[in-house]
Amino acid sequence: MFLVTLCQSIVAQDKQAEMADVLRENGKIYNVVAVILVIFIGFLIYLFLTERKLKNLENKLNK
Amino acid sequence: MLSGLSWWKILCIVLLFYTILAGFLFEVPRRFILNESIRNLYFHVPMWFGMIFLLLSSASASILYLKKGRQFYDTYASQSANAGIVFGTLGLLTGMLWAKYTWGAYWSGDPKQNASAIGMLIYLAYFVLRGSIDDLQKKARISAVYNIFAFAMLIPLLFVLPRLTDSLHPGNGGNPGFNAYDLDSKMRLVFYPAIIGWTLLGFWLTDINTRIETIKHKLDYE
Repeated sequence: MFLVTLCQSIVAQDKQAEMADVLRENGKIYNVVAVILVIFIGFLIYLFLTERKLKNLENKLNK
Repeated sequence: MLSGLSWWKILCIVLLFYTILAGFLFEVPRRFILNESIRNLYFHVPMWFGMIFLLLSSASASILYLKKGRQFYDTYASQSANAGIVFGTLGLLTGMLWAKYTWGAYWSGDPKQNASAIGMLIYLAYFVLRGSIDDLQKKARISAVYNIFAFAMLIPLLFVLPRLTDSLHPGNGGNPGFNAYDLDSKMRLVFYPAIIGWTLLGFWLTDINTRIETIKHKLDYE
């Protein structure tokens, strides 16, 4: 009985923490990253347009 | 398209691109309980770093206002505190999601959670105070004093009090922080750029809002 418990604890120590290995192996992680990048780029373009609008307003006001 | 932007805004874009790519694709250490959620380090923690830097610059602007009395410092102080609160709120929300996964509940009344919630409330009161005073100079002066007090309260709330007691959060009580041994050199490679990138995004938002408020002020009072 003691031996069984001892063996089990050794096996448990050997087991690695579970990670998303499958998601990485089949490459679907790139899909996720691509989606996030598209959203990020979208926000950046929006931010840039806001920046330009503001610049125009400042120029108009300072004239 | 990027030519009109100042260098630190371009740096912000580059670093955040890198954070997203490396944050999801680079290798991370295998840890029980945390598992793949260890990648939250690149997104949740920089929110708090960003908040601290924004609120620090806000408090500095308030000190400068009291010293020099220029309207710009008051506008900047209020807008950077505003962005700081946004970052803090996002930090609280992402922290709750991460806590559900690793601690078992969204809110467990943990000292770190309670203290950061109180810190947020102190800063919300800053805007209530600003909204309640009509006179421009009085508003700027009183809220500058309050803002300095708020920052002086925030530091012990976030970094001292939770460490004096037991907390589930890394870096507090009996728990060593990520820095002690969990954060390996591969993670630092993404973690530090992530902090700089997200913080710069906060200052970008502050910059835009400060300029809008400056225009408003010009139209209303000049």
